Amino acid sequence: MNQLQYSLTPAGENALMLYFAQRIDPVISATVQHACALIRAELGESLVDLLPSYASVLIVFNPFKTDLNQVKIQLKQCLTQLSTQQQQTGKLVELPVYYSTESGPDLALIARSKNISIDEIIRRHQAISYRVYAIGFAPGFAYLGEVDPLLQMPRLATPRAKVPRGAVAIADRQTAVYPSVSPGGWNLIGLCPTKMFNPDTTPVMPVAVGDEVRFVAIDKHEFLRLGGEL
Amino acid sequence: MSGFRVINPGILSLLQDQGRFGQGALGLTTGGAMDTTSAFWANRLLGNHANATLIECSVGGLQLQANCNSYIAVTGAELALSINDSPLQLWTVHQVKSGDIIKLGMVTKGLRVYVAVAGGFNIKLQFNSSSTVLRESIGGLNGNKLQANDILPAAMVSNLPRLSLPQALRPQINSVLTLRLIEGYQVSSFTSAERQRFYSHSYTVTPQADRMGYKLSGAAIACQQSQLLSEGICYGAVQIPPDGQPIVLLNDRQTLGGYPKIGSVLSLDCALLAQATAGTKVYFTPISAEHAQHALHLAKIRFSALTNQLVSH
Repeated sequence: MNQLQYSLTPAGENALMLYFAQRIDPVISATVQHACALIRAELGESLVDLLPSYASVLIVFNPFKTDLNQVKIQLKQCLTQLSTQQQQTGKLVELPVYYSTESGPDLALIARSKNISIDEIIRRHQAISYRVYAIGFAPGFAYLGEVDPLLQMPRLATPRAKVPRGAVAIADRQTAVYPSVSPGGWNLIGLCPTKMFNPDTTPVMPVAVGDEVRFVAIDKHEFLRLGGEL
Repeated sequence: MSGFRVINPGILSLLQDQGRFGQGALGLTTGGAMDTTSAFWANRLLGNHANATLIECSVGGLQLQANCNSYIAVTGAELALSINDSPLQLWTVHQVKSGDIIKLGMVTKGLRVYVAVAGGFNIKLQFNSSSTVLRESIGGLNGNKLQANDILPAAMVSNLPRLSLPQALRPQINSVLTLRLIEGYQVSSFTSAERQRFYSHSYTVTPQADRMGYKLSGAAIACQQSQLLSEGICYGAVQIPPDGQPIVLLNDRQTLGGYPKIGSVLSLDCALLAQATAGTKVYFTPISAEHAQHALHLAKIRFSALTNQLVSH
């Protein structure tokens, strides 16, 4: 499938899945973004929710305002305008990270399994800017990709019962900041003092799907000054 | 302040409305009353808006004190209800006076009970909904379940018809359920033999059943695909993890997930599943998307027809 080819599959009584080629790819992700804008405009009031992810969109509609066939017709119509060109680039967001064995209990494990130094892990994690591919799992949890192949780590065999808020983590070729205390199986490499989800502020999240994220190392003093907690 | 005071929250009492919609892109789940039919009737009997905030009490044990004159209606699972120790009917509007003590016993059949008050509880909305999602610390009073001495603001109401839903029209709580399923998502990654197995065997509700989802046990179903890129999960989606045991994902489901799904249970039947306790037998039966749409419209018409059959007591 090229980036613009898609398929529509039912998901439920009032929900459809729009699928693009199933891979992690910034061009496909941008296409997902464009599709969301088109669908929002086309369905208007009959749209209940829209859940974009890496290469798909879940479209939930109000079954008392429209029906599956009508929605399919409208989607096919509006998606003819779909393009990989018309992407508005997201904003660049810098997130400070206190990398250390104190704040990142899995740094030593990654260093051992990859046979590289902890400093090299920290350097490589900051060297790339990441795309926000999806937000989900928990409020404010942003899936960022793709991590340097040398830092690619499988999920922990036994997930931790409690990952602290702000934990910066790696799983496969994805990285993320845990927005709140939760169970989790990702490898922890540092702590970020920036709140990733705050229901009382506008916007509630510092990042949105399509944004670019860069991590910037800070020391413990700066981490605490920015409101971080160990 | 006029309203109600929580004397004892019982096992698990949560403020809920119909749910939080349009916030999936932030990772917020929908929440909302699990047994939508019982919640609908609790509000409808009192003449409330269908989205009015009420209490979902699981397993029972809730005790409230009225701090104002008002009316209440309790629907859902079967349990003993009393006001000032006088036993009263469920599915019925009852008057309460300031100082009255409302007590719910423990459920004897079903799981969740809905306690609505005239005009609904006045709860500050978060992301356009009062629904409490404990995992997210969102909604309700500070994202929490109800605690002793919580004050639930509500308006004083002094004149309301005392309606009741006749016994014969109340939803039944059964120990065997047939859930209608709209096939979708990765259904084509299940062979016809696997689908046959899925529809011809009964499954049992396990103790791993909560507001997020109901894990079932029974004939294991194999999928040609084991892992996929995380994608959006809709209400009622039936996820088949590598162990082959289905999980029906409900109101507090995570928004994205990477396990294959065979389709989604009709919302009307999710409401029945929400009352199911461990050991309940469950069958799945496939229906077309068009059939599902008809079922939703028929249910809506039936609810409004039943509204004309409410009786005064």
